[in-house]
Amino acid sequence: MPRYRHSPIIRLVRVKSLFLFFALLAWACGGKNNGTPSAVQNTGKTLKQVKARGKLVCGVNSQLPGFGYVDPTGKYAGFDIDYCRALTAAIFADPEEVEFRPLNAQQRFTALQSGEVDVLIRNTTWTLSRDTDLGANFVAPTFYDGQGMMVRKNGGISSLEGLAGGTICVQAGTTTELNLADQMSARGIKYTPVVLETADAVFGAYEQGRCDAVTTDKASLFSRRVVLAKPADHKILDVTMSKEPLGPMVRHGDDQWLDIVQWTVFATFAAEEYGITSANLDQVKGSTTDPNIKKLLGLEGEMGLKLGLGDDWAYNIIKFVGNYGEIYDRNLGPKTPFNIPRSLNNLYTKGGLLYAMPIR
Amino acid sequence: MSKVPPSRALPPITKRFTALDWLYKNLFSPWYNILLTLLASLILYAILKPTILWILNKARWEVIGANLRLLAVGQYPADQAWRIWLCLYLLVGMIGLTWGVWARMRRLTLAAWLTFFPLIALIVHGSPLAKPLLPLVPSHLWGGLLLTLLLTVVGMVFSFPIGVVLALGRQSKLPVIRLFSVVYIELVRGVPLITMLFMAQLMLPLFLPAGVTIDRVLRTMVGITLFSAAYMAENVRGGLQAVPKGQYEAANALGLGGFQTMMNIILPQALRAVIPVLVGQFIGLFKDTSLVAVVGLLDLLGIANSVLAQPAFIGLQREVYLFICATYWLFSYSMSYASQRLEIALGVGQR
Amino acid sequence: MATRFWRNERFLQVLGQAAFLLLVLYLVYALYNNMVRALQLQGLVTGFSFLQQTAGFDIGERLISYSRSSSYLRAFQVGLLNTILVSALGILFATALGMVVGAARLSTNYLVKSLAKVYIEIVRNIPLLVLLVFWYTDFFLKLPTIKEAWIFPGPIYFTNRGIAIPWGIATASFRTYLWILMLGLLITLGMTWLLILKGRRTGRPPLVTLWSLVTFLGVAVLGWILFPQPPLTVDIPYIDGLNIAAGLTLSPEFMALVSGLVIYTAAFIGEIVRAGVQSVSKGQLEAARSLGLNAFQSLRLVVFPQALRVIVPPLTSQYLNLTKNSSLAIAVGYPELFSVSGTIFNQTGRAVEVITLIMATYLSISLVTSLFMNWYNYKVRLAEG
Repeated sequence: MPRYRHSPIIRLVRVKSLFLFFALLAWACGGKNNGTPSAVQNTGKTLKQVKARGKLVCGVNSQLPGFGYVDPTGKYAGFDIDYCRALTAAIFADPEEVEFRPLNAQQRFTALQSGEVDVLIRNTTWTLSRDTDLGANFVAPTFYDGQGMMVRKNGGISSLEGLAGGTICVQAGTTTELNLADQMSARGIKYTPVVLETADAVFGAYEQGRCDAVTTDKASLFSRRVVLAKPADHKILDVTMSKEPLGPMVRHGDDQWLDIVQWTVFATFAAEEYGITSANLDQVKGSTTDPNIKKLLGLEGEMGLKLGLGDDWAYNIIKFVGNYGEIYDRNLGPKTPFNIPRSLNNLYTKGGLLYAMPIR
Repeated sequence: MSKVPPSRALPPITKRFTALDWLYKNLFSPWYNILLTLLASLILYAILKPTILWILNKARWEVIGANLRLLAVGQYPADQAWRIWLCLYLLVGMIGLTWGVWARMRRLTLAAWLTFFPLIALIVHGSPLAKPLLPLVPSHLWGGLLLTLLLTVVGMVFSFPIGVVLALGRQSKLPVIRLFSVVYIELVRGVPLITMLFMAQLMLPLFLPAGVTIDRVLRTMVGITLFSAAYMAENVRGGLQAVPKGQYEAANALGLGGFQTMMNIILPQALRAVIPVLVGQFIGLFKDTSLVAVVGLLDLLGIANSVLAQPAFIGLQREVYLFICATYWLFSYSMSYASQRLEIALGVGQR
Repeated sequence: MATRFWRNERFLQVLGQAAFLLLVLYLVYALYNNMVRALQLQGLVTGFSFLQQTAGFDIGERLISYSRSSSYLRAFQVGLLNTILVSALGILFATALGMVVGAARLSTNYLVKSLAKVYIEIVRNIPLLVLLVFWYTDFFLKLPTIKEAWIFPGPIYFTNRGIAIPWGIATASFRTYLWILMLGLLITLGMTWLLILKGRRTGRPPLVTLWSLVTFLGVAVLGWILFPQPPLTVDIPYIDGLNIAAGLTLSPEFMALVSGLVIYTAAFIGEIVRAGVQSVSKGQLEAARSLGLNAFQSLRLVVFPQALRVIVPPLTSQYLNLTKNSSLAIAVGYPELFSVSGTIFNQTGRAVEVITLIMATYLSISLVTSLFMNWYNYKVRLAEG
């Protein structure tokens, strides 16, 4: 039975507008599809976005004392945080134009891939699978670490073999989990893993006695031991279970951005190589005759322009954050509770692995 | 009709029902009740005594005192906290207004509610345009109870229209529409909420066109809304089924078209019948928002975990978790109590 | 004159649906396109072939064999079996506890009734995740260390590495014994069928459940005695160095998850049982008693079957909720489907495939459970005419 309350025109318009709404929605979701995008198209995009936004968004860790954590006043501090600030200083000449996004181990890669953060400086290990599978690129490592194991002093364990039949706490979604499986199976040691989501949960469980040992990067073991209830009761075994080179990570596809982050790191190495600190920076700048230092500090060569930054990019890094040695000492050095020996994290001239590529 | 002769009539009961009688009747009457009462008392004593002693003496409640602001609003800047208070006052005002004038001024109240939600969003979030008065507070600073309540309210408000549309679609005569509604509802109801949250966090950015980024909190809100819409659809469907067929036929006889029947006749009755169920869903959603702690948002549970990670307060799980359990319980119980009162006031099931 | 086509009801309906379909398809196509482009931009690929790659990580608790050199697919299966185990045990114990709580709620004893009410009201108003995390970190992780374990008769050890109970070890004759049990099951089924028929014939239904249980147990015991060597030997746990040897050790994660789920769901089931029993009008009970049935018989034959009709549908949704809630194992570190998939995602970066797998699996589990419960519901429904 026909039901005509309004005239057909009005009914049609009403229905049509509904469909129009959905059509617009669909079109909006479609976006602009210009065929297969290539990497070249994306170069320069990130820097443009960062500059337009006026601040850098840095993905960091908020639960790792020494590397990335929130101090009692509410400010972010740590080794990785300082590198975020260095990058910010290089771009904006102001180390505070940065927003820190705390990410846990599960979210970090998606946050980078989706564009939520511009760069991920979150004690991430450089491995082949990650370089290929995750759509991201690694930058020169800022910290060469290895995986270690922490046990209780009164447990009577002095080597990995002593953990046969024991339980080991480990964090989910890390290379640590895989290395643990590899190393223990290579040595033929049977163990039971307890896998928890966050670093806090892992160390909490270890402290309560749920496991005999806890494993992660040695530097993290040092820093987390300091915040345990009785640090003196725990010892870190003298075993290095794997290579863990930690460094910043950027997305695939933007070569210019990769260069910027890469050379920021090298600038800090170079500054220490040349003996430039934040204290003697201006004096060195005023009196140096070394062409390498001149190019670094922007007095000649226009290196900054090639990167898309100002010529004082490296000057700002050293001025506001310091060279590598200063960054290390401030966060992990002898004056801090962690006091991690530099060993591999020293200049190549002093027996370490830090080698700045030539800035020229 | 014969009357009972006075000699055969029983004397009136003079014995009063005293407390002792009550005890006897309820706790000791059949023989097994004596055993049960003894057992229950033992259990009660064994649980209550150490708990109360612990609460009063050994618990270190300073962890709550020191972190009350964190637990309440997360990392919301302290100097902007007045905005949260403003929102709270506005909410109380709106509830009072509705209570008072709903019967008389429906349109005004509805309009007020409709402007209320965007206003709250503006106040909490701030805007770059209102620089001195309402500076921007980015969403990753929201946390604690504030975030929990925000997620619940947003989830409920936005899932309501979607749920109604889905319910109507499910009982539509057009097979394509019905198929889509059924598929969506059954799909979403068959997976855990945490899966929807992960999907929203990880896959939503992939689905959007190039260059569009979406805030983490917003992604979670989308996930919660889509999840809640399916359950809302089922509840509204129950309400729709409760409306007698006669109503449809009467509307038809009066010459009302499909859309008008729905809007003016069927939906008001259906929704009124399911208001208690909707309040129940609101309470359930309030509890379910605790899951966002797993995807990294710092709601009440997430902030509690953060607080426990502070070096000064390591090991105080019992105090912190008891506190947030108590908070959740207080809110949920008050809401379900209010819902029961609402049910009586509405006269559901009696008309 | 026939109605113009733009006024024809049926035409408009078909047109509307076709347009809707087109729109939805276009939307799906656009979203899919966006996704593929976004993945290509970052150099990621799609496809399920990654499941054959080596997993590389260990899983602490598993029902089937697995090592770090197994494939991701195998890891996924381990997680799936863990989920099914937790769900099955959870449903079993939650129903049992729920019935007890429901009965307590209906008791005439005021103290028992109030205790049950308080329990239900507290548990129903706190979130499950908070309950689980609280229960795990504050009870199971705070149990004493192995050296100072609580020892209950059994012996059952309560430690913070797990709860050890005596378990059985299969001997040579265990396989044959399983066949005997199978035979016993068949005999019991046959006997149950005969008893039901007898009940229908004479009008006096016998205690079917009781007799079936007795039969099955009889066969089991008889089979046990027949063997020269018992099919199972008891494995008693004892403390050995760092760990507990022998017996079955239930990890704190597993215990926390199962007991947390049971405690939470039992509260809801208790309410459902109470509502179901109270929905049967008092007149039924009074009529049954006045016909001469004693209390037990009237409950069994009159009240309970009617109560079941009201209980089963909400019970189904509670079972489904329990199954879905088992995904919260990720918060206590138990490697069930969701947390294993999370690990797989972290190691491979395949968000879309892993999420699709998770959703498909949970959907299947939900579907199977609700199919079974719908069949049961059909069986207990009110047979009208």
